[in-house]
Amino acid sequence: MQAKGSPAPPSLRALHFLFMVAALLGLLPLLHSHGQQPNPMLASESPHHYPADISGSESGDVTSAPRDVPQEIRPLANHSSPGHTKDRKAFPVLGIDYTHVRIPFEIALWILLACLMKLGFHVIPSVSSIVPESCLLIVVGLLVGGLIKGVGESPPILKSDIFFLFLLPPIILDAGYFLPLRQFTENLGTILIFAVVGTLWNAFFLGGLMYAVCQLSGTGLEHIGLLANLLFGSIISAVDPVAVLAVFEEIHINELLHILVFGESLLNDAVTVVLYHLFEEYANFDQVTLTDIILGFLSFFVVSLGGVFIGVIYGVIAAFTSRFTSHIRVIEPLFVFLYSYMAYLSAELFHLSGIMALIASGVIMRPYVEANISHKSHTTIKYFLKMWSSVSETLIFIFLGVSTVAGHHYWNWTFVICTLIFCLVARVLGVLGLTWFINKFRIVKLTPKDQFIIAYGGLRGAIAFSLGYLLDQKHFGMRDMFLTAIITVIFFTVFVQGMTIRPLVDLLAVKKKQETKRSINEEIHTQFLDHLLTGIEDICGHYGHHHWKDKLNRFNKKYMKKCLIAGERSKEPQLIAFYHKMEMKQAIELVESGGLGKIPSAISTVSMQNINPKVLPVERMLPALSKDKEEEIRKILRNNLQKTRQRLRSYNRHTLVADPYEEAWNQMLLRRQKARQLEQKMNNYLTVPAHKLDSPTMSRARIGSDPMAYEPKPDSENLPIITIDPASPQSPESVDLVNEALKGESRLPPSPEEDEEGLVMRVKEPSSPGTDDVFTPGAGDSPGNQRIMRCLSDPGPRPDPEEGEPFIPKGQ
Amino acid sequence: MGSSSSVPAEVQELAAKTGFTLEQIEHLHRRFKHISGDQPTIRKESFDRIPDLEFNPIRSKIVRAFFDRRNLRQAQGGLADEINFEDFLTIMSYFRPMEMNMDEEQLDCFRKEKLKFLFHMYDADNDGKISLQEYRKVVEELLSRNPHLEKESARSIADGAMMEAASICVGQMEPDQVYEGITFEDFLKMWQGSDIDTKMHVRFLNMETIAHCH
Repeated sequence: MQAKGSPAPPSLRALHFLFMVAALLGLLPLLHSHGQQPNPMLASESPHHYPADISGSESGDVTSAPRDVPQEIRPLANHSSPGHTKDRKAFPVLGIDYTHVRIPFEIALWILLACLMKLGFHVIPSVSSIVPESCLLIVVGLLVGGLIKGVGESPPILKSDIFFLFLLPPIILDAGYFLPLRQFTENLGTILIFAVVGTLWNAFFLGGLMYAVCQLSGTGLEHIGLLANLLFGSIISAVDPVAVLAVFEEIHINELLHILVFGESLLNDAVTVVLYHLFEEYANFDQVTLTDIILGFLSFFVVSLGGVFIGVIYGVIAAFTSRFTSHIRVIEPLFVFLYSYMAYLSAELFHLSGIMALIASGVIMRPYVEANISHKSHTTIKYFLKMWSSVSETLIFIFLGVSTVAGHHYWNWTFVICTLIFCLVARVLGVLGLTWFINKFRIVKLTPKDQFIIAYGGLRGAIAFSLGYLLDQKHFGMRDMFLTAIITVIFFTVFVQGMTIRPLVDLLAVKKKQETKRSINEEIHTQFLDHLLTGIEDICGHYGHHHWKDKLNRFNKKYMKKCLIAGERSKEPQLIAFYHKMEMKQAIELVESGGLGKIPSAISTVSMQNINPKVLPVERMLPALSKDKEEEIRKILRNNLQKTRQRLRSYNRHTLVADPYEEAWNQMLLRRQKARQLEQKMNNYLTVPAHKLDSPTMSRARIGSDPMAYEPKPDSENLPIITIDPASPQSPESVDLVNEALKGESRLPPSPEEDEEGLVMRVKEPSSPGTDDVFTPGAGDSPGNQRIMRCLSDPGPRPDPEEGEPFIPKGQ
Repeated sequence: MGSSSSVPAEVQELAAKTGFTLEQIEHLHRRFKHISGDQPTIRKESFDRIPDLEFNPIRSKIVRAFFDRRNLRQAQGGLADEINFEDFLTIMSYFRPMEMNMDEEQLDCFRKEKLKFLFHMYDADNDGKISLQEYRKVVEELLSRNPHLEKESARSIADGAMMEAASICVGQMEPDQVYEGITFEDFLKMWQGSDIDTKMHVRFLNMETIAHCH
């Protein structure tokens, strides 16, 4: 149908272009006009066929399910186009068929609007420093909705299906995949109590009180029963992860508070889902028996644990799949997204908690997937998740605003004001009571300040709105009033609390998040401490947190990792994995910095020779290369380099073409490793000659290299290798010296298979000079090679010979 | 001393010294007797009685810490041959969680004590510095549960960590400047920001059920 209806694709493209330009010029005015445009356009094409479409034209928008109208119309439109052309004898050079593209087009426009808004807020930083982004977006939504309404169209409403199936999952997956697991598990008890007991308390307290208010005479609300009130309470009581994320990410609160509030907002989903379905069902019953209540109670466990179970299954499958993707790197990220989405949908299928499923799958798959996939895929995953979640979030807030304008409202002062007050009271009382209880068990107590922030951070958001919107108008005649009250509460929490929380945090001097870079020292200390605490727990015979964690770790290492992680890396201990990650990050930073003058981190000002403690360098001897030899080596090197650069690669859609960037990076790692080996060797046998016997490799290396090239040169000034000070801009000359010295050093009997396997097999030996330059990115990409490379290469960005290397693209 | 600690006065004294409650002391004493095999003192071999400790990669460091005179607040350094219950409690008291009613100064002191304990575990030769060799040893031990691992990677990790430490603590270094090791001040500096007081503690409650099982 779609293909048939496109007699003029080029013109469409032109139209597209026009629209895009117009959209970029002024999106706001266009947004309402694009709602009208279908009508004149369609009308001009065939005025008779479209009386119905005029009313439904806007409703096909992103948020409202496409009504039947467009589907009916489109075939007509297709027929009409040829008919149209039959009158005119000429072939239509330019025609308009807006219905053909309308839905994707409007979706794209909305997303574009969201992105431009986000962009705009960051261009004007003064606004976003006072008002949180979420508030601004809602305001934008209100304005857009007002505009659409102003031109006589009906603005779209945030449809529950769209929200739950498309907008919410990216945000939750992003949250689950990057969940700070350590803090989360350490505070799991507290989070669960807040999420389960707190939400229950809120729901029943609010529902009960609202019922009491409704029973008061004179309010005109007597018809609202207890169950409807409880249902309302359960909708409004849950803290919303989207709102919490949006606000808390901006105020940089300390990790403990962040994870407490955010964890609560994630885990209370199960409670909300159960309560919602429960009360919705009960509202149709005449009588609620005890069995119903017990079944409801049971269903809570089914919903939450079932959700987690589904998530775990999909997580394990995803991890297992990623084991085999090493040949098709391009689709790796997709597996992560698809399996998580499947987990969410599967959970929703059974009315289980989709949010729990998503989080569980994200948490489970992450460590294994990360070990399996390539570094680039990891970056892709990270960026896509962040992109999707931020776009979703933006859209959600905009649509909250638009829906507010669009929806039917029934404003009842008593109901709305009471809801708002009871919401706040319930939250405060709940947090106070629960922390009093929790603090009895916590070692790090929650201070009154913490409690205040937790209570104040209980923001409500779009989930409540969507749930309210889902209510059936037939059974719940007061839906509009509920929605009005919900929106009021959302606006109050997002605007008032969201805007004041930052000054309050400053005022109360709540501990903020420290921007600490994860360092290798910290990792060592943390692991050391973990083992120490496990040991102490064992010694005092108390099987606590650390004990079980240790058990779980050992189980993980023994079975899970073997099954789910391909090859060598399954045996890689965490410390080494972490070290590799750090190293890679630093390497990338180095490459990105272009290697010119700018040094990415302070670390690079210290090199190994500053440290080697006991053996003070008294006398240093240097290998002095003869001038001819130097020249010769330089020539060889240069040739090899050029060869590598000139190697052409054919384009293949299904494999990633190794870009020069990666190549440079690979080579840099390799080079670092060599420079380091070299330096170590120098330190070893040049400074402490009689200290110990050289390892066989070294002596071999020494024999292999030209012995005549070394002259003892006490206290020489030109120490090209050892005195490279990374802080000072290096001349390419000195860099070359390193390489050449390296070459001179490692004159080993060359092994033929060096290129393919040499790196893996010959870990301890200095690799042949050829490898350095002929090293192919393809080989470097395979995990084994990378691993070894990273194993051997030097930790900190040190005097990197690559700085200013000619083949680093940026450095040129 | 083990048997005599049932005398209330003495227990009270211990409680005052180490900050444990009477109940906790009782638990720990039961555990002490279990480890020592009803002897008044614990020797190094006594720790073999704890099967779970077997898997701990830094087992030797942990056991050693119990006999380290520096941790036992004794004047001279070196290792003790055996420790009594009071010493045992002293070691355990390093792992007490902090209390709500502590003021800033106490808290700071408390934190430093804990870090000192950790530092002593790293600094095996008691020269006030964690030298590169000592650091390498620590990393090697941490990785010792992985049979396939070569010493080389442990070394490079330790080297990297040491360089990082040097750059954190000293900053810019001249090429001929030598960083000899991490001093306690440097150690404090590195731990800044990651609240040791919220991490280095063990719950001493509800131990009786488990203590009986053994």
